[in-house]
Amino acid sequence: MVPTNYYLILSAILFGLGVLAFVFKRNIITIFMAIELMLNAVNLAFVAFSQALHKPDGEVFVLFVIVVAAAEAAVGLGIIILTARNRRSLNVERVDLLKL
Amino acid sequence: MISGVLVIFFVLAGLAVLGAVSLIWQSHPIHSALSLILVMVSLAGLYLLMGAEFIAAVQIIVYGGAVMVLFIFVIMLLNAGVEERTNFSKLATFGGIPLALALGSIIATAIARSSGHLPVATEGALSSTRKLSMLLFSEFVYPFELTSFLILVAILGAIVLAQREN
Repeated sequence: MVPTNYYLILSAILFGLGVLAFVFKRNIITIFMAIELMLNAVNLAFVAFSQALHKPDGEVFVLFVIVVAAAEAAVGLGIIILTARNRRSLNVERVDLLKL
Repeated sequence: MISGVLVIFFVLAGLAVLGAVSLIWQSHPIHSALSLILVMVSLAGLYLLMGAEFIAAVQIIVYGGAVMVLFIFVIMLLNAGVEERTNFSKLATFGGIPLALALGSIIATAIARSSGHLPVATEGALSSTRKLSMLLFSEFVYPFELTSFLILVAILGAIVLAQREN
């Protein structure tokens, strides 16, 4: 038997690594992948709680998160293609129209 | 004494963390994408270990399959190369790192404090797919229908965004 805590700790570690990747990476596609990593970490916590509390509600939430992530990936990658076409670069430092 | 389930957990967790670290470490986006696939597959294994078979299957099909193929497709479409490194701002060094440490310690204390209250996860305690579908089509039927609408809007948005205007 694996204690629920282990899953939560793993989830926190993965979420933290996702935040790190989000902050440190400069490629817009990799930043997008970091968001997916964070969503995955949260899904792990949802499933762990659902198993620990013997309620399938958490797994339903995971399904919704996966649906939203898929929709987000479709729209976000469309935006990335548009940005790359306009800026001729995938570096987020180059996309600074709103920067002071 | 360490049980077999615990060994499987540690192997899969190690693979997931390794993939996440590799996602940060690699400088080429395609290598990052392959590392992310490793994370997702090992998470699917963890879901199987917890007895959530349906979630594991959906994780592999939707995340490992559809979403990551979309990512790799875009990487190849845009011919993304090795990313260039840039310097970090002073604000990030002096403000960001203490704030990140604070967030990490808050999460760690929350998990440590919750340790006594949570029961141990039992594998396959709820043969989940049946109960999951019952719940999805009874209690959560309106959110479920809303997600189909969300997907429709996302398809329209992706088409409108990606088309060449003329």
